Amino acid sequence: MSTITDVAPVPATRTRGGEPRQKRRERAGALLGVLAWVIGLLFIAPILWMLLTSLHTEQDAATNPPSIAAPLSLQGYREFFGTDPWPSLLNSMTASILSTVLVLALAIPAAYALSIRPVKKWTDVLFFFLSTRMLPAVAGLLPIYLFAQYVGLLDNIFLLVLLYTSMNLPIAVWMMRSFLVEVPGEILEAASMDGAGLVRTLKSVVMPIVSPGIAATALICFIFSWNELLFARVLTSTAAQTAPVFLTGFVTSQGLFLAKVCAAAVVVSLPVLIAGFAAQDKLVQGLSLGAVK
Amino acid sequence: MTAAVDAPRVASRKAAGASAGKGPGPRSDAWARRLPLLPALIFLIVLTQLPFIVTLITSFMNWNAYYPEERGFAGLDNFTRVLTDVATRNAILTTIVLTATVVLVSLALGLGIALLLDRQFRGRGIVRTMMIAPFLVVPVAASLLWKHALYNPEYGLFNGLLTAVWGLFGSNDPPQVDWISSMPLIAIEASLIWQWTPFMMLILLAGLQSRPLDVIEAAKLDGASSWQVFRYMTFPHLRQYLELAGLLGAIYVVQNFDAVFTITSGGLGTSNLPFTIYQTFYNAHDYGRASAAGVVVVIGTIIIATFALRTVSTLFKEESK
Repeated sequence: MSTITDVAPVPATRTRGGEPRQKRRERAGALLGVLAWVIGLLFIAPILWMLLTSLHTEQDAATNPPSIAAPLSLQGYREFFGTDPWPSLLNSMTASILSTVLVLALAIPAAYALSIRPVKKWTDVLFFFLSTRMLPAVAGLLPIYLFAQYVGLLDNIFLLVLLYTSMNLPIAVWMMRSFLVEVPGEILEAASMDGAGLVRTLKSVVMPIVSPGIAATALICFIFSWNELLFARVLTSTAAQTAPVFLTGFVTSQGLFLAKVCAAAVVVSLPVLIAGFAAQDKLVQGLSLGAVK
Repeated sequence: MTAAVDAPRVASRKAAGASAGKGPGPRSDAWARRLPLLPALIFLIVLTQLPFIVTLITSFMNWNAYYPEERGFAGLDNFTRVLTDVATRNAILTTIVLTATVVLVSLALGLGIALLLDRQFRGRGIVRTMMIAPFLVVPVAASLLWKHALYNPEYGLFNGLLTAVWGLFGSNDPPQVDWISSMPLIAIEASLIWQWTPFMMLILLAGLQSRPLDVIEAAKLDGASSWQVFRYMTFPHLRQYLELAGLLGAIYVVQNFDAVFTITSGGLGTSNLPFTIYQTFYNAHDYGRASAAGVVVVIGTIIIATFALRTVSTLFKEESK
């Protein structure tokens, strides 16, 4: 992905027309570049506005017309952390990290059995995994709620760990498979010719090649778990409340709250923004389930 | 599909045949291959297929948690109620309109932006990063941001900008719009389009960059115009990427709950199916009816998903050629 991005496309000026034509093309190209910048800025503007508002006092945040140059203040953040968001942030961290670890533990062997040493009908299995992701989660909500109630797992973060694992497993299997098929068969053969056992081959041949892929898969699973609202909202109340649920219960307060809400949105989005930018190059491959490289 | 299935089958049969002559035989080899797959497969069946079967059974039952003694077989009652109920029918319609609008608009925008980003210009990497950012804001946070910081009629950015711009021209009477009340569904759609355009753009940009550049350059040397190159070379190549992006987007947007829940709480005619199911189940405790609505969503999704799976498998086949 990254290599392709960095390669310059054919320069517009390659055709050796007359000077004026080349100049006209250059100007058109520059204009399109400016247009791209304008659109990019429009898309990020709401986020910059969120950041700026979070750094204003409540009074300055709620003016019309907006007071862009108002003095910066950490009042919003102080108030947000004053409402004790730590338990919910911690719950989100627990659910996201544990489910990501579990997903990888299940997905990597499965992807191995679908690529390097494939089972019979491996494409059918692969598409079965994918089809489970396409079932709307909301359709399974009721039985899961009743089951959780029955076994006493309501408001328990480990239930969310299991559910997020099942939500992300298909994506992870597809992603990991697309990374594992890139391991050249000759290398594996050479390793076994040299007498390397399975564990040794996996550790010193396969792992170094696919570890960037594992990292990207982990980051994408982390993002999806961190973002999830519906299950968290229905299946948790106080003890296992996650950060998105905490956010939804945040706005009922009276009076001015805009800076506080923006501060909360910034804090909750920060881990995802970091994970997303870290996985930027593999993001497409993950989101398209490995179909696009 | 069949072609893709047959190729590895032949390969594995050969492999099985090779090991059949000696030792434990093909059967143990097959199990050795299957073993790493089983934990993931079993986990997924238990957590996704079983609940759905229960939902399917419940959808034929009379089951409201407030009236536990009336539990029993209901036949098709729940489905009749779901499909004849005006609120649910509206929810189905809202879901279709919401999904189609968000997917088509973000696909069109994503295509335009991908074409712009496919060119060489100063700061392209920075623009690309800026474009991705909306997709990386937690959906609930994005909904809150749009509802309170942008749409708010008193101090939201949109009305604030209207005041500022009108003020520039010396007017003290700027138009002030109550965005969410006057156009609730559009308000939700706009926030979702903002989040999903980057997704479409990323997939389409990857598609653009996988074009065979040498062929396109040859066409240009032969005097093909930019439009001809786009119409006859770029677009046909991009078609499957457009389909893939659209279908994957549709699968996620059909299931959207966060934006409807946060921005309008399902009011003002914006309640889509996932929100309606949530409400039927969470507030009304009508389990039978919630399940029937769930089954309706699943049937709708299966229709989209069939096309999605076909597109993915086409791309998949081409890649493994």
